[in-house]
Amino acid sequence: MIINHPLLGPRDASEFTYLGDASLIDRPDWQSETAQDEFHDYVYLRDNPAGTHRELWFHEQGDRSWLVVTRNTLTHEILATELARDVARKMGRGK
Amino acid sequence: MRYSALAILRQVLNGHRGWGPAWRDPEPQSDYDFIVIGGGGHGLATAYYLAKEHGAARIAVLEKGWIGGGNVGRNTTIIRANYLLDGNQPFYELSLKLWENLEQDLNYNAMVSQRGILNLCHTDSQRDAYRRRGNAMMFTDSGAELLDAEGVRAMYPFLNFDNARFPILGGLLHRRGGTARHDGVAWGYARAADQRGVDIIQNCEVTGFRIENGKVLGVETTRGYIGAKKVGVAVAGSSGRVMGQAGMRLPIESHVLQAFVSEGLKPVLDGVITYGAGHFYISQSDKGGLVFGGDIDGYNTYAQRGNLPVVEDVVEGGMAVMPMIGRTRLLRMWGGVMDMSMDGSPFIDHTGIEGLYFNGGWCYGGFKATPASGFCFAHLMATDRPHEVATGYRLDRFKTGRMIDERGAGAQPNLH
Ligand SMILES: Cc1cc2nc3c(=O)[nH]c(=O)nc-3n(C[C@H](O)[C@H](O)[C@H](O)COP(=O)(O)OP(=O)(O)OC[C@H]3O[C@@H](n4cnc5c(N)ncnc54)[C@H](O)[C@@H]3O)c2cc1C
Repeated sequence: MIINHPLLGPRDASEFTYLGDASLIDRPDWQSETAQDEFHDYVYLRDNPAGTHRELWFHEQGDRSWLVVTRNTLTHEILATELARDVARKMGRGK
Repeated sequence: MRYSALAILRQVLNGHRGWGPAWRDPEPQSDYDFIVIGGGGHGLATAYYLAKEHGAARIAVLEKGWIGGGNVGRNTTIIRANYLLDGNQPFYELSLKLWENLEQDLNYNAMVSQRGILNLCHTDSQRDAYRRRGNAMMFTDSGAELLDAEGVRAMYPFLNFDNARFPILGGLLHRRGGTARHDGVAWGYARAADQRGVDIIQNCEVTGFRIENGKVLGVETTRGYIGAKKVGVAVAGSSGRVMGQAGMRLPIESHVLQAFVSEGLKPVLDGVITYGAGHFYISQSDKGGLVFGGDIDGYNTYAQRGNLPVVEDVVEGGMAVMPMIGRTRLLRMWGGVMDMSMDGSPFIDHTGIEGLYFNGGWCYGGFKATPASGFCFAHLMATDRPHEVATGYRLDRFKTGRMIDERGAGAQPNLH
């Protein structure tokens, strides 16, 4: 698989390590009343879709950036790549 | 028909014209007492033990393709009971006992072969860990022997003992472990279940559940609606998809694992060897092919094929421990989709929905579990109580802090 890095261009997937569902960017509030349940769901439960999946890849052998890769889990086709930083900012996270 | 030497002789004399199909091809009935979704090893074993151990009738197995087309026919066929943790080892020992009697029980040649499994060790700490594991195995009488380097050399002189990074210091030998013919296991269970009246319905994909007031009433399928009192799901790598139809999210991600077979060779390897340091394990099939594999590819996928970087990694591991493998040609490779659970251990449990039961999360190690998985899942479905060796395989174990983290790799499926 070739991942089209937004800054560095096409890179072989073997340069990356995989973390999993991109929803992991969206950490629950540890101070909420229901934090325990929310963290259980956040850490352990997954939608695990067959089809389009947004996921986190770490460019460990490269510039060490985190990417959000949108990929079809049935065909391995990569539909989009974004810097995880940009995705988090769009959600109102970070500065 | 019962298979026997006499039956073969009779067929020889009449030119093999009398062999019938091994199981019927029935039309689905409008409702059943028990429906098992998934005609893999686990689903077929569940149906068989429901009929045999619990005297249940009106049972159907629904399979979207053909039985044995999933992971039961794609794996590297290793069976063993060499676990460490309480939640696992008694379960796998029960499985091994069922394997040992499987062919007599099913009247089917599943080619169960207790050729022994040797886990190589390369460091002092790994040897200590294996000593501890061996002791845990002996608690359940599974049999474990710790070999030093000379002991390993006597068995497999062709291994690379002096690898600079991972010299072979010894190994943990589990003589009762070995291999079985994977397709034979599916066919044997199918035939034996069919003989006890189980309807095996192929080309019948479950597309949804009918659930009312928190109770399951039946399943929607590509061959129409089928009612059921109790529904058990055993769909291996499709767990996320199928349980999603019942509105459940699972602690599971689907990942691919690849396997490899070389051209047929004369006998060179009589047992199974695992080389943990290089993520490689190997055995030789009865047809002569070297059967080997390594790690999962490590990202979500439902495509039943792998990727080249892992091929390279596995082959490097093979070359490192068994240099002579470089002289053989690779014949075939393929991938299977597995449901990787968050702690690497499986689930055999009720769901929050009455009458709906779940069996899954077997990761890359569910073939050896096939008999005990079916046995315990049938027990749960028939009696509504978990079997005593499967009490730890709960869906809520992450909530209650009772994970079974056999590999010590934590809550990340791609590390197991
Ligand atoms: C390459 C590889 C090597 C492995 N090596 C080993 C090993 O050496 N030792 C070991 O112990 N384990 C091994 N495993 C793991 C083992 O094969 C699996 O854990 C186990 O086979 C899974 O259980 P099963 O046989 O019931 O699954 P499957 O045979 O996959 O059965 C599930 C069935 O459900 C069906 N299904 C899915 N969705 C639906 C639906 N909606 N409706 C109806 N039917 C449906 C599928 O078509 C499939 O036939 C390996 C796996 C792979 C892929």
